[in-house]
Amino acid sequence: MELLNIEGTPKTPTVNMNPNSGEVEIKGRSIPENSIEFYKPIIDWLDEYSGSPQPSTIVNIQLEYFNTSSSKCILDVFKKLEQLKKNQHDVLINWYYEEDDEDMLEAGEDYESIIKVPFKMIQIVD
Amino acid sequence: MQDERSKDQVSNFINKCYAQMQQGNIIVAYKGAIDADLIADTLTLIETKLERDVEHSLTRKKIYNVMVECLQNLFHHVDAIPNTGNLNYGIFVLSKLPNGFYIATGNMVNVSKKPVLKQKIDKINSLNKDELKEFYKFVLNNQTFSEKGGGGLGLIDIARKTGSKLNYSFVPFNDSLDFFKLSVILTE
Repeated sequence: MELLNIEGTPKTPTVNMNPNSGEVEIKGRSIPENSIEFYKPIIDWLDEYSGSPQPSTIVNIQLEYFNTSSSKCILDVFKKLEQLKKNQHDVLINWYYEEDDEDMLEAGEDYESIIKVPFKMIQIVD
Repeated sequence: MQDERSKDQVSNFINKCYAQMQQGNIIVAYKGAIDADLIADTLTLIETKLERDVEHSLTRKKIYNVMVECLQNLFHHVDAIPNTGNLNYGIFVLSKLPNGFYIATGNMVNVSKKPVLKQKIDKINSLNKDELKEFYKFVLNNQTFSEKGGGGLGLIDIARKTGSKLNYSFVPFNDSLDFFKLSVILTE
């Protein structure tokens, strides 16, 4: 299975997904008008990865901004991870937020309350 | 000739709305055709301006976030005006008030959409902070989203992030279109 690497743009995040290490990273901004299109390869990759995952999958989400159109797609990504967890594989979601950014922390907590996967809220201090 | 006259009517109407929507010290204000490139360019411009004019980085971030939702909402929901070459006319304003930042958008909507939109906003305005959070999570988790947008999450998100009521009005334009004005105040 292949790595998935997508370079970030002013509207879309940097994505690195590694099937050999079980590491997934989404970092930057996610404010495209059409998020479904952007997130499709990520969802497809997770579908394939779920067939033969690593014993432990670590997901790092470090977003500066995301729009509500992306929020549903991010939930879809987390639902794939929830399925992985349900199938007895370890999954951890690290949710990064900038110091004092209550909105971003709250957004992480919203997901945490919906998705049955352990979350770790990590404050980024300059 | 008739076409020209109706274009003038549209212009006069939009100019009047635009004048009414200007408040405080303007940071960015626009009236005219709305398309994806304009929205993207405007967000870049806003970011530069905020960098210069707003000291606190979290305030900048919040304003930018709210502007993204407002402008993308505008882009997705503007209805074209007939007899104008189907132009998607829209207005947006970001300005500084003594007590915070004022963000307003205006666009034509088909009158048939008015009841649903009004009901949605009234519901959002009736909720407190915790209820808004629950409503957001409910819509996020239960509503199917269209290619167009966030299934109504945008307005909830704007209300949550600003902590402001959504001020709105529908100004009748003709039998089939209303001009929908929406504004929020983000207090510092």
